Amino acid sequence: MAGRKRKAGRAAGYKLLIFGILTLCVILIAVFAPYLTPYDPYAQDLSNALQPPGPDHLLGTDRYGRDMLSRVIMGSRTTIFSALLLVAIITLAGGAVGIVCGYYGGKLDSFLMRVSDVFLAFPGMVFAIAAASVLNGGVLNAVIALACISWPRYARITRSQVLAVKDAPYIMAARLSGSGTWKIIRKHIIPNIAGQVIVTAVLDIGTMIMEISGLSFLGLGAAPPTAEWGSMMSNGRSMLQTAPWVILSPGCAIFLTVMVFNLTGDTVRDFLDPRYRGKRRRE
Amino acid sequence: MKRYILKRVLQLVPILFGITLLSFILMNVGTADVIDVMESSTGSALTEEEKQEMREELGLDRPLPEQYGRWLLRALQGDMGESFVSGRPVFPEFVSKLPATISLTVSSVLVTILISVPLGILSAVRQNHFTDYLIRFLSFIGNSLPNFFVSLLLIYFFSLKLGLFPVMGSSGGWKSIVLPTLTLAIAMASKYTRQVRAAVLEELKKDYVTGARARGVRERKILFGSVLKTSMLTIITLLALSVGSLLGGTAIVESIFMWDGVGKMAVDAIAMRDYPVIQAYVIWMAVIYVVINLATDLIYHYLDPRIRLGQEEA
Repeated sequence: MAGRKRKAGRAAGYKLLIFGILTLCVILIAVFAPYLTPYDPYAQDLSNALQPPGPDHLLGTDRYGRDMLSRVIMGSRTTIFSALLLVAIITLAGGAVGIVCGYYGGKLDSFLMRVSDVFLAFPGMVFAIAAASVLNGGVLNAVIALACISWPRYARITRSQVLAVKDAPYIMAARLSGSGTWKIIRKHIIPNIAGQVIVTAVLDIGTMIMEISGLSFLGLGAAPPTAEWGSMMSNGRSMLQTAPWVILSPGCAIFLTVMVFNLTGDTVRDFLDPRYRGKRRRE
Repeated sequence: MKRYILKRVLQLVPILFGITLLSFILMNVGTADVIDVMESSTGSALTEEEKQEMREELGLDRPLPEQYGRWLLRALQGDMGESFVSGRPVFPEFVSKLPATISLTVSSVLVTILISVPLGILSAVRQNHFTDYLIRFLSFIGNSLPNFFVSLLLIYFFSLKLGLFPVMGSSGGWKSIVLPTLTLAIAMASKYTRQVRAAVLEELKKDYVTGARARGVRERKILFGSVLKTSMLTIITLLALSVGSLLGGTAIVESIFMWDGVGKMAVDAIAMRDYPVIQAYVIWMAVIYVVINLATDLIYHYLDPRIRLGQEEA
């Protein structure tokens, strides 16, 4: 039994390495997007409009004759960066609220938890659609809209984790030996609860990519001509019959990226699973 | 049980209050001057005095808390204001579009159950075999596809290439509901198959299953007689809780398929900056969601004999 677990732990390690590298590749593509595009993603060439995929334009061109491959590469930037930004914001904000609530408790805790109850009462996308429309669209506003509705979940998770470790003997010991609150939170609580929160965050990146591009698809995220996968697909909607590649390429880009992030999230979860970790440490 | 129901319903009151407050703040923080928006969406030019008059008429010159109070009182009587665009009252409009969304939601839930329950059980029973890997792989793909992409793919293949179903609209009889239902069900079933699998696996690990196997009870009988009966409770609860994401997802799918429900109404309203319509949509979707969650919780408590007969107070 122990042998099998060790093997599973090692397999999780290899998988993490592979998917980690894949994720890194995706992020690197986004970072170096301007250097990787074969054409200028914004250069219009109406004489070359709606060309099917071919040797000149590997993924074809859209109705303004812009190269789809360049636009998909460039779009990775908008979509992936905004999703990462969003996840970072909600992890930090929700995490901070959760730590404060869990550690101090009392009136502030019950007030903040009631507030988060209200946010959790909205179906996520419904609220995000309304908030993004009130904020008049734009990628950053789409991120803000989704952050507003997503932080309470992180606050909840962090709070319950803090409550679980708060009264552990080692924290008592730290307090007895004169550690201040900040030091206890920083050195003892955060390292112990980070695993669970990080797993949730990594697993959420894929969902957030889909939600941001969903808002853009509705015209509530990136505004044209910015290359963004959701809005590119929205532009191609009317040409579905004549030029399906205009929708297919950004669609597949979203699908593959979300898949990579989801696989990574799953693997990180398996890897941080204490059943495997405990075994590996003892080796 | 009665006391529990009462307690839960009372807990709903501050949440509903919060929903209305938050929606009110949302619509008042981001919006520029409502009258200006009305002016541009109706396309009529107004003088400064006329605008001032309209503001007084709508109570927009009062302090915000007072505005909220008045608005809430009217909303409680079913008056959510009038659409900037059509000038018609918002609430009856919302109610008239609701059946289309409900029928879409119900059909998606049904298809989700039909797909994910058998697949989830099969996947759990054949754990770590080819069938299991295949089902998990498919559910993984379904989980990574955004619903607007799925809709467009389905339209492309089934409507444009094969001509089996109408491209859009709700007028084509039963055929028009197939593709939007399928879109919503694919995403939901992918998530849900995994949950069914996990619930059944959890149950299969329990001691009574080992005991039954040791006594030589047939595997089929263990599965259908005991395991499914007990894990159904978890499965139903999870399904009801996922209705929330379904309600959010319908907006995009409805607008792609031109399905005449509340989601499409909201998306159309966004383009016109028709804030009263958006507001009604947000509030009522939240209320529906909260009520469904409460009902789920109560049914769960009612169905679980441990809770029903044991701790009345829980």
